Amino acid sequence: MSCNCNCAQLSFAELEKAGIDATLLEPIFEKYGKIEGSLITILQHAQDIYGYLPVALLNYIAIKTGIKPAKVLGVATFYAQFRLEPVGKYLIMLCQGTACHVNGSVDIETAICEELNIKEGETTPDGLFTLNNVACLGCCSLSPVMMINGETYGALTPAKAKEIIAGIKAKEVE
Amino acid sequence: MKMVVGKGSCGIAAGANKVSAVAEEYIAQKGLNIPVTVTGCIGMCYLEPIVDVIDDNGEKTTYIKVTTDTIKEIIDAACEGKKAEKYIIDAEDKAILDKQTRIALRNCGIIDPENIEEYIAKGGYKAIEKCIKNMTQDEVIEEIKVSGLAGRGGAGFPTWFKWTAAKNAQGTKKYTICNADEGDPGAFMDRAVIEGDPHTLIEGMLIGAYAMGSDDGVVYVRAEYPLAIVRLENAIKQARDKGFLGKNIFGSHFSFDLRIKAGAGAFVCGEETALIASLEGERGMPRLKPPFPAQKGFWQKPSNINNVETYANVPWILAEGGDKFCAMGTENSKGTKVFALTGKIKKGGLVEIPMGAKVGDVIYGVGGGIKEGKAFKAVQMGGPSGGCVPAELIDTIIDYKSLAATGAIMGSGGMVVMDETTCMVDMARFFLDFTCKESCGKCIHCRIGTKRMLEILTRITEGEGKDGDIELLENLANQIKSSSLCGLGQTAPNPVLTTIRYFRNEYEDHIYNKKCTAKQCKPLISFEIDAEKCVGCTMCARNCPVNAITGKVKETHVIDKNICIKCGKCVTSCKFDAVKIN
Ligand SMILES: Cc1cc2nc3c(=O)[nH]c(=O)nc-3n(C[C@H](O)[C@H](O)[C@H](O)COP(=O)(O)O)c2cc1C
Ligand code: FES
Repeated sequence: MSCNCNCAQLSFAELEKAGIDATLLEPIFEKYGKIEGSLITILQHAQDIYGYLPVALLNYIAIKTGIKPAKVLGVATFYAQFRLEPVGKYLIMLCQGTACHVNGSVDIETAICEELNIKEGETTPDGLFTLNNVACLGCCSLSPVMMINGETYGALTPAKAKEIIAGIKAKEVE
Repeated sequence: MKMVVGKGSCGIAAGANKVSAVAEEYIAQKGLNIPVTVTGCIGMCYLEPIVDVIDDNGEKTTYIKVTTDTIKEIIDAACEGKKAEKYIIDAEDKAILDKQTRIALRNCGIIDPENIEEYIAKGGYKAIEKCIKNMTQDEVIEEIKVSGLAGRGGAGFPTWFKWTAAKNAQGTKKYTICNADEGDPGAFMDRAVIEGDPHTLIEGMLIGAYAMGSDDGVVYVRAEYPLAIVRLENAIKQARDKGFLGKNIFGSHFSFDLRIKAGAGAFVCGEETALIASLEGERGMPRLKPPFPAQKGFWQKPSNINNVETYANVPWILAEGGDKFCAMGTENSKGTKVFALTGKIKKGGLVEIPMGAKVGDVIYGVGGGIKEGKAFKAVQMGGPSGGCVPAELIDTIIDYKSLAATGAIMGSGGMVVMDETTCMVDMARFFLDFTCKESCGKCIHCRIGTKRMLEILTRITEGEGKDGDIELLENLANQIKSSSLCGLGQTAPNPVLTTIRYFRNEYEDHIYNKKCTAKQCKPLISFEIDAEKCVGCTMCARNCPVNAITGKVKETHVIDKNICIKCGKCVTSCKFDAVKIN
């Protein structure tokens, strides 16, 4: 249920100023807006569209769905999947699950950080790479494992991880 | 003739997509007519990518570690009616399958998960047909009771009991929910079932729904399993088209439909009340039980939640009879269980064996023992909620009771194997780091207690441990266990308690002797070059990122301990094994 003041328009304008086209969300509101309990699904679709969930967008979603902004922010910050900051073109999800830990995932993290000159959770200044640790990718028997934009790489060694990232970098320069 | 490529997430990670793309291209190029189809994970992940060639007589040849080059040789050989012997699975690996009894995994790695006809050809949807046409709700529940099936999601609660409670609950709207959150890092059997045989889950849920009188189902799948979601979506659509899902199934009054809800990355959402909160679009915070979900669950309606593997056993039990399932296993644990073997194990993957085998049988008999011939130290069972079973208890029988006696649990079946190079204090710290991050924050002891335990463990691994730390850890552990609302807090201290129980000497070494026997805790080790072995090849000096190593060509090199950052590059770069860790 939306309210009668023009907060929706104001919020929309604010997003527009930030270069975010909120109209892309209309089909999502259409499909899920009326189904109770769909907040997580809406946030997932929004993140698919924009790559991340800026707070202004969360506010807009709150207004459009009639859910309190505090609750939307509460849900968005509870789940590890949701990001409030933009990510690089390549999102490296490095597994730090038990099997990967036992097989040396900490050394892989060190190697990737060295190669990219960032820390876990950060994005390279050129906006190409973001490194995130995750708990398990379900490929434990090939540990240590990482996933870059949906593609999984297994049986990593520090050298192999660096090579894979250097390969992507080289492709980007071309 | 046809070719079947193993395309579970593990096979794809090993390169199966590239292999099948090359195969299709090569077949087209040669003008051949060989269909290339897909199957799920057979469980032998260490051999992926795996390709089966099935000749016109139905004889199957399994090729392992197939690459984009060897696939061409395999196709060439097959066309000449021959076999590319070099790449065929050897007898020892093949025997691993014979050592198993596959029920939940009966079709995984065999049928095409994207094609409902292959499931039907294996007798699929016959069990639900039998239930609807010939059995009452009570008779179905009775069969499950006879089977002795217990929940495979962790707690091991009798399935028939939960179904009865949901059936007897007041109200007409009831939900059948599947927990596919698979939070234990190191376990992946639920992923394998959904990716490899999604229809068995659907049929299991249908049977449960029929028994309880429910018409609505949800599968809560974790976000990290995109392929599982795609395959399940496809399977649901096919089942609907065939009339197995929807209104008036098999012309009866029974209707049931199913949808998927993707999780958003929170371990605690595996706990059933948190899962329900998450399904309702809330923060996934557990609540007090009772009321149990069977009375008040999803949208306050009676709901039954079972794990993927639990449901996957159900069609088999109804088809083959509960007594046949019950005939396997031990006094308190019936049937089979799937285990995910990972860590320092030679042949990592999924195995399904009857309950009652010994821990050692699984690690050595099926898993082939420890990698690189190192010594077995312990196996973590039950993930972050479980504990470790040390080498001296290798004869422990795998059933709910015997495992609980060691301080570990069956859990979801994750077995992470650790060898002499694994530091048990570091493992305890690792698990506490996990549970501390994943605590939802509702209970103070779980939220802050795990943090304090983590701080103590971190201190110990950094060489700053103090007299009394072990007792402090034990004290905190007991408080957290007794003051937490849900299973997360109640079990979080288990990895610490079991490692203290079996490896107290390692804790003491860290605290009093500032020594890490496994040579893992960086602040407690130092590197030194053995003058006898060093030939002066300069390899280590060139690889050292901080220039801590000096020495001339062909002369012994030395490490300056004041500069050294203990990254270990010199150890891996030395071809003469000359760098020692103290
Ligand atoms: C912190 C926590 C995490 C859990 N994670 C899972 C999980 O990932 N998958 C699962 O099936 N059960 C999990 N459980 C157990 C469920 O709460 C529940 O007992 C189970 O899904 C019931 O199904 P079953 O009777 O078929 O085992 C978890 C429990 C706790 C306390
Ligand atoms: S622990 Fe890394 S993929 Fe499972």
